[in-house]
Amino acid sequence: MSEFIMTRRGFTVSAVAALIAHAVPAFALDQAGASRLVGTVVDSINSVIASGKSEAAMIAEFERIFIQYSDVPTIARYALGVDARSASAAQMGLFTTAFTGYISRKYGKRFREFMGGRLEVQSAKPVKSFYEVRTLAHIPGSTPFDVTFLVSDQSGKDLFFNMFIEGVNLLLTERDEIGAMLDQRRGDLDQLIVDLKKAG
Amino acid sequence: MQIFAKAFLGAALATLAACATPEPGQNFADPYEQRNRKIHEMSKRMDTNLLRPAAMAYGKTVPDPVRVGVANVASNLSLPSTVLNGVLQAKPELVVNNTFRFVINSTVGIAGIFDPAAKMGLTKQDADFGGTLHVWGAREGAYLQVPVLGPSTERDIVGKAVDAVTNPLSLMFPPQAIPVTRGIKVADVLGDRYRFDNTISSTLYESADSYAQLRSVYLQNRRYELGMSAVADETAYDDPYAETAADPYSDPYADPYAALE
Repeated sequence: MSEFIMTRRGFTVSAVAALIAHAVPAFALDQAGASRLVGTVVDSINSVIASGKSEAAMIAEFERIFIQYSDVPTIARYALGVDARSASAAQMGLFTTAFTGYISRKYGKRFREFMGGRLEVQSAKPVKSFYEVRTLAHIPGSTPFDVTFLVSDQSGKDLFFNMFIEGVNLLLTERDEIGAMLDQRRGDLDQLIVDLKKAG
Repeated sequence: MQIFAKAFLGAALATLAACATPEPGQNFADPYEQRNRKIHEMSKRMDTNLLRPAAMAYGKTVPDPVRVGVANVASNLSLPSTVLNGVLQAKPELVVNNTFRFVINSTVGIAGIFDPAAKMGLTKQDADFGGTLHVWGAREGAYLQVPVLGPSTERDIVGKAVDAVTNPLSLMFPPQAIPVTRGIKVADVLGDRYRFDNTISSTLYESADSYAQLRSVYLQNRRYELGMSAVADETAYDDPYAETAADPYSDPYADPYAALE
Protein backbone atom coordinates (compact mmCIF):
# COMPACT_ATOMS: atom_id res chain seq x y z
CA MET A 1 0.00 0.00 0.00
CA SER A 2 2.51 2.60 1.03
CA GLU A 3 5.78 2.78 -0.72
CA PHE A 4 8.97 2.96 1.29
CA ILE A 5 12.14 4.11 -0.28
CA MET A 6 15.31 4.48 1.71
CA THR A 7 16.92 7.46 0.06
CA ARG A 8 19.81 7.73 2.47
CA ARG A 9 21.80 5.03 4.17
CA GLY A 10 24.29 6.81 6.38
CA PHE A 11 24.64 4.00 8.88
CA THR A 12 26.66 4.80 11.98
CA VAL A 13 27.91 1.56 13.46
CA SER A 14 29.60 3.14 16.45
CA ALA A 15 26.44 4.94 17.49
CA VAL A 16 24.47 1.71 17.37
CA ALA A 17 27.17 -0.05 19.36
CA ALA A 18 27.00 2.71 21.95
CA LEU A 19 23.25 2.31 22.06
CA ILE A 20 23.51 -1.44 22.68
CA ALA A 21 26.05 -0.93 25.45
CA HIS A 22 23.95 1.81 26.98
CA ALA A 23 20.46 0.39 26.89
CA VAL A 24 21.06 -3.38 26.91
CA PRO A 25 17.66 -4.08 25.39
CA ALA A 26 16.35 -7.53 24.45
CA PHE A 27 17.17 -6.61 20.86
CA ALA A 28 18.95 -3.51 19.73
CA LEU A 29 17.06 -0.87 17.82
CA ASP A 30 18.79 0.05 14.63
CA GLN A 31 18.16 2.27 11.69
CA ALA A 32 16.37 -0.38 9.65
CA GLY A 33 14.27 -1.36 12.67
CA ALA A 34 13.29 2.24 13.30
CA SER A 35 12.11 2.79 9.74
CA ARG A 36 10.42 -0.61 9.74
CA LEU A 37 8.43 0.41 12.81
CA VAL A 38 7.30 3.61 11.13
CA GLY A 39 6.41 1.60 8.01
CA THR A 40 4.32 -0.83 10.04
CA VAL A 41 2.49 1.99 11.82
CA VAL A 42 1.79 3.80 8.57
CA ASP A 43 0.53 0.60 6.90
CA SER A 44 -1.74 -0.14 9.87
CA ILE A 45 -3.17 3.36 9.80
CA ASN A 46 -3.64 3.26 6.03
CA SER A 47 -5.56 0.00 6.24
CA VAL A 48 -7.84 1.47 8.93
CA ILE A 49 -8.56 4.47 6.68
CA ALA A 50 -9.15 2.19 3.68
CA SER A 51 -11.50 -0.05 5.67
CA GLY A 52 -14.26 2.53 5.39
CA LYS A 53 -15.52 1.71 8.88
CA SER A 54 -17.55 4.14 10.98
CA GLU A 55 -15.69 6.93 12.74
CA ALA A 56 -16.17 5.27 16.15
CA ALA A 57 -14.76 1.98 14.84
CA MET A 58 -11.80 3.78 13.25
CA ILE A 59 -11.04 5.58 16.52
CA ALA A 60 -11.08 2.25 18.38
CA GLU A 61 -8.68 0.81 15.78
CA PHE A 62 -6.43 3.85 16.07
CA GLU A 63 -6.34 3.45 19.86
CA ARG A 64 -5.21 -0.16 19.41
CA ILE A 65 -2.42 0.94 17.02
CA PHE A 66 -1.39 3.76 19.35
CA ILE A 67 -1.08 1.36 22.32
CA GLN A 68 0.74 -1.27 20.29
CA TYR A 69 3.36 0.90 18.63
CA SER A 70 3.98 3.87 20.92
CA ASP A 71 5.46 4.27 24.37
CA VAL A 72 2.21 5.42 25.95
CA PRO A 73 3.42 5.70 29.60
CA THR A 74 6.37 7.93 28.58
CA ILE A 75 4.16 10.07 26.33
CA ALA A 76 1.51 10.48 29.05
CA ARG A 77 4.11 11.32 31.71
CA TYR A 78 5.72 13.93 29.47
CA ALA A 79 2.34 15.45 28.59
CA LEU A 80 1.46 15.80 32.27
CA GLY A 81 4.74 17.63 32.88
CA VAL A 82 5.64 18.77 36.41
CA ASP A 83 2.38 17.43 37.82
CA ALA A 84 3.49 13.87 37.08
CA ARG A 85 5.98 14.26 39.93
CA SER A 86 3.32 14.72 42.61
CA ALA A 87 0.85 12.21 41.13
CA SER A 88 0.38 8.83 42.83
CA ALA A 89 0.97 5.61 40.90
CA ALA A 90 -2.81 5.04 40.84
CA GLN A 91 -3.42 8.53 39.47
CA MET A 92 -0.71 8.04 36.83
CA GLY A 93 -2.36 4.78 35.75
CA LEU A 94 -5.79 6.38 35.45
CA PHE A 95 -4.36 9.44 33.73
CA THR A 96 -2.48 7.30 31.20
CA THR A 97 -5.63 5.37 30.28
CA ALA A 98 -7.75 8.53 30.00
CA PHE A 99 -5.02 10.26 28.00
CA THR A 100 -4.80 7.32 25.56
CA GLY A 101 -8.52 7.56 24.82
CA TYR A 102 -8.34 11.34 24.46
CA ILE A 103 -5.44 11.18 21.98
CA SER A 104 -7.15 8.44 19.96
CA ARG A 105 -10.38 10.42 19.65
CA LYS A 106 -8.64 13.72 18.95
CA TYR A 107 -6.36 12.46 16.19
CA GLY A 108 -8.52 9.54 15.03
CA LYS A 109 -11.20 12.02 13.98
CA ARG A 110 -8.74 13.66 11.63
CA PHE A 111 -7.71 10.59 9.67
CA ARG A 112 -9.89 11.50 6.75
CA GLU A 113 -7.59 14.43 6.02
CA PHE A 114 -4.89 11.91 5.13
CA MET A 115 -7.04 9.77 2.87
CA GLY A 116 -5.30 8.80 -0.33
CA GLY A 117 -1.97 9.91 1.07
CA ARG A 118 1.21 8.02 1.78
CA LEU A 119 4.35 8.52 3.83
CA GLU A 120 7.70 7.93 2.21
CA VAL A 121 10.62 7.19 4.53
CA GLN A 122 13.51 9.53 3.70
CA SER A 123 16.11 8.72 6.30
CA ALA A 124 16.68 7.20 9.71
CA LYS A 125 19.53 8.12 11.99
CA PRO A 126 20.54 7.80 15.64
CA VAL A 127 20.11 10.96 17.74
CA LYS A 128 20.85 11.08 21.47
CA SER A 129 19.34 7.87 22.93
CA PHE A 130 16.85 7.31 20.11
CA TYR A 131 16.26 7.28 16.36
CA GLU A 132 14.89 9.96 14.14
CA VAL A 133 12.90 8.70 11.14
CA ARG A 134 12.13 11.37 8.60
CA THR A 135 9.30 10.87 6.18
CA LEU A 136 7.69 12.92 3.47
CA ALA A 137 3.89 12.99 3.46
CA HIS A 138 2.32 12.98 0.02
CA ILE A 139 -1.29 14.04 0.19
CA PRO A 140 -3.33 14.71 -2.94
CA GLY A 141 -3.52 18.45 -3.63
CA SER A 142 -0.77 19.40 -1.14
CA THR A 143 2.91 20.15 -1.50
CA PRO A 144 4.71 17.18 0.14
CA PHE A 145 5.55 17.98 3.77
CA ASP A 146 7.85 16.63 6.48
CA VAL A 147 6.62 14.24 9.13
CA THR A 148 9.34 13.12 11.54
CA PHE A 149 9.00 10.26 14.02
CA LEU A 150 11.17 9.64 17.07
CA VAL A 151 11.61 5.98 17.96
CA SER A 152 13.17 4.49 21.10
CA ASP A 153 13.75 1.03 22.53
CA GLN A 154 14.24 2.18 26.12
CA SER A 155 10.89 0.72 27.14
CA GLY A 156 12.26 -2.70 26.10
CA LYS A 157 10.49 -2.60 22.73
CA ASP A 158 10.87 -0.49 19.60
CA LEU A 159 8.20 2.15 20.09
CA PHE A 160 7.70 5.67 18.87
CA PHE A 161 7.32 8.46 21.39
CA ASN A 162 7.06 11.67 19.42
CA MET A 163 6.07 13.00 16.04
CA PHE A 164 6.72 16.33 14.31
CA ILE A 165 4.49 17.59 11.53
CA GLU A 166 6.27 20.43 9.73
CA GLY A 167 8.17 21.19 12.88
CA VAL A 168 5.17 21.04 15.21
CA ASN A 169 6.09 18.77 18.11
CA LEU A 170 3.00 16.82 19.10
CA LEU A 171 4.37 15.91 22.53
CA LEU A 172 5.06 19.54 23.36
CA THR A 173 1.73 20.68 21.91
CA GLU A 174 -0.12 18.14 24.06
CA ARG A 175 1.86 19.14 27.14
CA ASP A 176 0.73 22.74 26.56
CA GLU A 177 -2.86 21.57 26.15
CA ILE A 178 -2.89 19.26 29.20
CA GLY A 179 -1.23 22.06 31.22
CA ALA A 180 -3.99 24.47 30.18
CA MET A 181 -6.69 21.92 31.08
CA LEU A 182 -5.09 21.40 34.47
CA ASP A 183 -4.91 25.17 35.08
CA GLN A 184 -8.62 25.47 34.28
CA ARG A 185 -9.28 22.88 37.01
CA ARG A 186 -6.95 24.62 39.48
CA GLY A 187 -4.49 21.74 39.28
CA ASP A 188 -7.09 19.08 40.22
CA LEU A 189 -5.65 15.97 38.53
CA ASP A 190 -8.58 13.73 39.51
CA GLN A 191 -11.02 16.14 37.87
CA LEU A 192 -8.79 16.30 34.79
CA ILE A 193 -8.83 12.50 34.54
CA VAL A 194 -12.64 12.45 34.71
CA ASP A 195 -12.94 15.17 32.04
CA LEU A 196 -10.25 13.70 29.80
CA LYS A 197 -12.37 10.57 29.40
CA LYS A 198 -14.85 12.67 27.45
CA ALA A 199 -12.43 15.10 25.77
CA GLY A 200 -10.95 14.89 22.27
CA MET B 1 7.25 53.43 -4.34
CA GLN B 2 10.88 52.43 -4.03
CA ILE B 3 11.80 55.41 -1.92
CA PHE B 4 8.89 54.59 0.33
CA ALA B 5 10.01 50.98 0.58
CA LYS B 6 13.53 52.05 1.53
CA ALA B 7 12.28 54.47 4.17
CA PHE B 8 9.99 51.78 5.49
CA LEU B 9 12.81 49.27 5.61
CA GLY B 10 14.95 51.70 7.61
CA ALA B 11 12.15 52.26 10.10
CA ALA B 12 11.48 48.52 10.25
CA LEU B 13 15.08 47.66 11.06
CA ALA B 14 15.14 50.35 13.74
CA THR B 15 12.01 48.81 15.28
CA LEU B 16 13.55 45.35 15.21
CA ALA B 17 16.63 46.55 17.06
CA ALA B 18 14.28 47.19 19.99
CA CYS B 19 12.64 43.75 19.77
CA ALA B 20 11.49 41.95 22.91
CA THR B 21 13.51 38.98 24.11
CA PRO B 22 12.15 35.95 26.01
CA GLU B 23 12.05 35.93 29.82
CA PRO B 24 14.48 33.45 31.39
CA GLY B 25 13.04 29.92 31.19
CA GLN B 26 10.65 30.81 28.37
CA ASN B 27 11.30 30.02 24.74
CA PHE B 28 9.20 32.88 23.43
CA ALA B 29 8.48 36.48 24.38
CA ASP B 30 4.86 37.50 24.88
CA PRO B 31 4.89 40.86 26.66
CA TYR B 32 1.63 41.89 24.91
CA GLU B 33 -0.26 38.80 26.03
CA GLN B 34 -3.27 40.70 27.41
CA ARG B 35 -3.80 42.69 24.23
CA ASN B 36 -3.00 39.63 22.10
CA ARG B 37 -5.65 37.60 23.90
CA LYS B 38 -8.29 40.27 23.21
CA ILE B 39 -7.38 40.30 19.51
CA HIS B 40 -7.42 36.50 19.50
CA GLU B 41 -11.00 36.47 20.87
CA MET B 42 -11.96 39.02 18.22
CA SER B 43 -10.38 36.87 15.50
CA LYS B 44 -12.24 33.82 16.77
CA ARG B 45 -15.56 35.69 16.58
CA MET B 46 -14.66 36.79 13.05
CA ASP B 47 -13.86 33.21 12.14
CA THR B 48 -17.13 31.91 13.61
CA ASN B 49 -19.31 34.56 12.01
CA LEU B 50 -17.58 35.30 8.74
CA LEU B 51 -14.50 33.38 7.64
CA ARG B 52 -15.58 29.82 8.46
CA PRO B 53 -19.14 30.13 7.00
CA ALA B 54 -17.73 31.76 3.84
CA ALA B 55 -15.04 29.07 3.56
CA MET B 56 -17.59 26.28 4.01
CA ALA B 57 -19.83 27.80 1.34
CA TYR B 58 -16.85 28.19 -1.00
CA GLY B 59 -15.69 24.62 -0.37
CA LYS B 60 -19.12 23.14 -0.92
CA THR B 61 -20.09 25.10 -4.03
CA VAL B 62 -16.76 25.23 -5.87
CA PRO B 63 -15.62 21.82 -7.13
CA ASP B 64 -12.32 20.45 -5.92
CA PRO B 65 -10.33 20.76 -9.18
CA VAL B 66 -11.28 24.45 -9.43
CA ARG B 67 -10.21 25.07 -5.83
CA VAL B 68 -6.88 23.36 -6.52
CA GLY B 69 -6.47 25.53 -9.64
CA VAL B 70 -7.16 28.70 -7.64
CA ALA B 71 -4.68 27.64 -4.96
CA ASN B 72 -2.10 26.95 -7.68
CA VAL B 73 -2.61 30.39 -9.26
CA ALA B 74 -2.27 32.06 -5.85
CA SER B 75 0.88 30.07 -5.14
CA ASN B 76 2.28 30.97 -8.55
CA LEU B 77 1.62 34.67 -7.98
CA SER B 78 3.58 34.50 -4.73
CA LEU B 79 6.70 33.22 -6.52
CA PRO B 80 8.24 36.53 -7.72
CA SER B 81 8.31 37.74 -4.12
CA THR B 82 9.98 34.49 -2.97
CA VAL B 83 12.60 34.93 -5.72
CA LEU B 84 13.34 38.47 -4.52
CA ASN B 85 13.74 37.22 -0.95
CA GLY B 86 15.85 34.30 -2.16
CA VAL B 87 18.24 36.85 -3.68
CA LEU B 88 18.30 38.87 -0.45
CA GLN B 89 18.97 35.68 1.52
CA ALA B 90 21.70 34.56 -0.91
CA LYS B 91 19.97 31.26 -1.69
CA PRO B 92 20.77 30.65 -5.37
CA GLU B 93 19.15 27.23 -5.47
CA LEU B 94 15.83 28.66 -4.28
CA VAL B 95 16.10 31.56 -6.75
CA VAL B 96 16.69 29.23 -9.70
CA ASN B 97 14.07 26.71 -8.55
CA ASN B 98 11.30 29.27 -8.03
CA THR B 99 12.18 31.25 -11.16
CA PHE B 100 11.85 28.11 -13.29
CA ARG B 101 8.66 27.21 -11.44
CA PHE B 102 7.21 30.62 -12.22
CA VAL B 103 8.19 30.49 -15.91
CA ILE B 104 7.01 26.90 -16.45
CA ASN B 105 3.76 27.15 -14.49
CA SER B 106 2.85 30.55 -15.95
CA THR B 107 3.21 29.19 -19.50
CA VAL B 108 2.86 25.40 -19.72
CA GLY B 109 0.73 25.48 -16.55
CA ILE B 110 -1.61 28.08 -18.09
CA ALA B 111 -1.23 31.14 -15.84
CA GLY B 112 -0.37 28.88 -12.94
CA ILE B 113 -3.62 26.89 -12.89
CA PHE B 114 -1.66 23.66 -13.17
CA ASP B 115 1.63 22.75 -11.54
CA PRO B 116 3.71 20.88 -14.15
CA ALA B 117 6.92 22.19 -12.51
CA ALA B 118 6.32 20.06 -9.40
CA LYS B 119 6.16 16.94 -11.57
CA MET B 120 9.57 17.92 -12.94
CA GLY B 121 10.95 18.01 -9.40
CA LEU B 122 10.71 21.76 -8.94
CA THR B 123 8.63 21.80 -5.77
CA LYS B 124 7.82 25.10 -4.14
CA GLN B 125 10.31 26.61 -1.73
CA ASP B 126 9.08 29.39 0.50
CA ALA B 127 10.82 32.63 1.33
CA ASP B 128 9.50 35.86 2.76
CA PHE B 129 10.97 39.04 4.14
CA GLY B 130 10.49 37.86 7.73
CA GLY B 131 12.84 35.02 6.78
CA THR B 132 15.20 37.49 5.13
CA LEU B 133 15.35 39.51 8.35
CA HIS B 134 16.08 36.25 10.20
CA VAL B 135 18.94 35.47 7.80
CA TRP B 136 20.24 39.00 8.33
CA GLY B 137 20.34 38.33 12.06
CA ALA B 138 17.10 39.90 13.31
CA ARG B 139 15.57 38.23 16.35
CA GLU B 140 12.02 36.94 16.42
CA GLY B 141 10.83 39.61 18.85
CA ALA B 142 7.53 39.47 20.68
CA TYR B 143 4.68 37.17 19.71
CA LEU B 144 1.79 39.11 18.21
CA GLN B 145 -1.83 38.45 17.40
CA VAL B 146 -2.68 40.72 14.52
CA PRO B 147 -6.28 41.54 13.52
CA VAL B 148 -7.24 39.71 10.29
CA LEU B 149 -3.70 38.37 9.70
CA GLY B 150 -3.62 36.18 12.81
CA PRO B 151 -0.50 35.01 14.65
CA SER B 152 2.83 36.67 13.92
CA THR B 153 5.90 38.08 15.60
CA GLU B 154 7.47 41.53 15.62
CA ARG B 155 9.99 40.40 13.01
CA ASP B 156 7.46 38.65 10.81
CA ILE B 157 4.89 41.43 10.79
CA VAL B 158 7.58 43.85 9.60
CA GLY B 159 8.46 41.23 6.98
CA LYS B 160 4.85 41.01 5.84
CA ALA B 161 4.60 44.78 5.45
CA VAL B 162 7.85 44.92 3.47
CA ASP B 163 6.71 42.04 1.24
CA ALA B 164 3.46 43.87 0.57
CA VAL B 165 5.18 47.05 -0.66
CA THR B 166 8.06 45.38 -2.51
CA ASN B 167 6.07 42.66 -4.31
CA PRO B 168 7.49 42.44 -7.85
CA LEU B 169 4.01 41.51 -9.08
CA SER B 170 3.11 45.21 -9.07
CA LEU B 171 5.74 45.70 -11.80
CA MET B 172 4.42 42.78 -13.87
CA PHE B 173 0.75 43.64 -13.89
CA PRO B 174 -1.14 46.86 -14.66
CA PRO B 175 -2.95 48.40 -11.67
CA GLN B 176 -6.29 47.20 -13.10
CA ALA B 177 -5.21 43.63 -12.37
CA ILE B 178 -4.95 44.25 -8.62
CA PRO B 179 -8.61 43.40 -7.83
CA VAL B 180 -8.16 40.10 -9.70
CA THR B 181 -4.99 39.07 -7.87
CA ARG B 182 -6.59 40.10 -4.55
CA GLY B 183 -9.70 38.10 -5.37
CA ILE B 184 -7.56 35.02 -6.04
CA LYS B 185 -5.78 35.55 -2.73
CA VAL B 186 -9.07 35.75 -0.84
CA ALA B 187 -10.37 32.62 -2.56
CA ASP B 188 -7.12 30.87 -1.67
CA VAL B 189 -7.55 31.80 2.01
CA LEU B 190 -11.12 30.46 1.94
CA GLY B 191 -9.90 27.28 0.28
CA ASP B 192 -7.26 26.73 2.97
CA ARG B 193 -9.75 27.42 5.75
CA TYR B 194 -12.04 24.81 4.17
CA ARG B 195 -9.34 22.19 3.60
CA PHE B 196 -7.84 22.44 7.05
CA ASP B 197 -11.16 22.91 8.82
CA ASN B 198 -10.68 19.94 11.16
CA THR B 199 -7.26 21.08 12.33
CA ILE B 200 -8.08 24.79 12.54
CA SER B 201 -11.48 24.36 14.20
CA SER B 202 -10.18 21.85 16.74
CA THR B 203 -7.36 24.23 17.70
CA LEU B 204 -9.63 27.28 17.89
CA TYR B 205 -12.76 25.81 19.42
CA GLU B 206 -11.80 22.62 21.25
CA SER B 207 -8.54 23.57 22.98
CA ALA B 208 -8.52 24.31 26.68
CA ASP B 209 -6.57 27.48 25.86
CA SER B 210 -6.79 28.18 22.15
CA TYR B 211 -4.59 31.28 22.47
CA ALA B 212 -1.71 29.28 23.99
CA GLN B 213 -2.15 26.39 21.54
CA LEU B 214 -2.12 28.69 18.53
CA ARG B 215 0.93 30.53 19.87
CA SER B 216 2.78 27.25 20.41
CA VAL B 217 1.88 25.74 17.04
CA TYR B 218 2.58 28.97 15.13
CA LEU B 219 5.99 29.55 16.69
CA GLN B 220 7.07 25.92 16.31
CA ASN B 221 6.05 25.83 12.66
CA ARG B 222 7.56 29.23 11.89
CA ARG B 223 10.88 28.34 13.50
CA TYR B 224 10.85 25.10 11.55
CA GLU B 225 10.33 27.03 8.29
CA LEU B 226 13.32 29.18 9.17
CA GLY B 227 15.43 26.10 9.87
CA MET B 228 15.72 26.66 13.61
CA SER B 229 13.72 23.76 15.08
CA ALA B 230 14.84 20.40 16.47
CA VAL B 231 14.02 18.83 13.12
CA ALA B 232 16.74 21.03 11.61
CA ASP B 233 19.14 20.69 14.53
CA GLU B 234 18.98 17.34 16.28
CA THR B 235 20.80 18.55 19.40
CA ALA B 236 17.67 20.57 20.20
CA TYR B 237 15.50 17.46 20.58
CA ASP B 238 14.03 17.00 24.01
CA ASP B 239 14.75 13.44 25.20
CA PRO B 240 12.06 12.26 27.63
CA TYR B 241 14.13 9.17 28.43
CA ALA B 242 17.13 11.27 29.43
CA GLU B 243 14.80 13.28 31.66
CA THR B 244 13.70 10.11 33.43
CA ALA B 245 17.29 9.14 34.00
CA ALA B 246 18.08 12.34 35.89
CA ASP B 247 15.50 14.42 37.75
CA PRO B 248 12.66 14.05 35.28
CA TYR B 249 11.10 17.43 35.82
CA SER B 250 13.88 19.61 37.08
CA ASP B 251 13.25 21.80 34.07
CA PRO B 252 10.10 20.72 32.27
CA TYR B 253 10.12 23.77 30.07
CA ALA B 254 13.70 23.33 28.99
CA ASP B 255 14.12 25.39 25.88
CA PRO B 256 14.15 23.00 22.94
CA TYR B 257 15.66 25.78 20.86
CA ALA B 258 18.31 26.81 23.38
CA ALA B 259 21.07 25.13 21.41
CA LEU B 260 20.40 27.50 18.56
CA GLU B 261 20.65 30.80 20.37
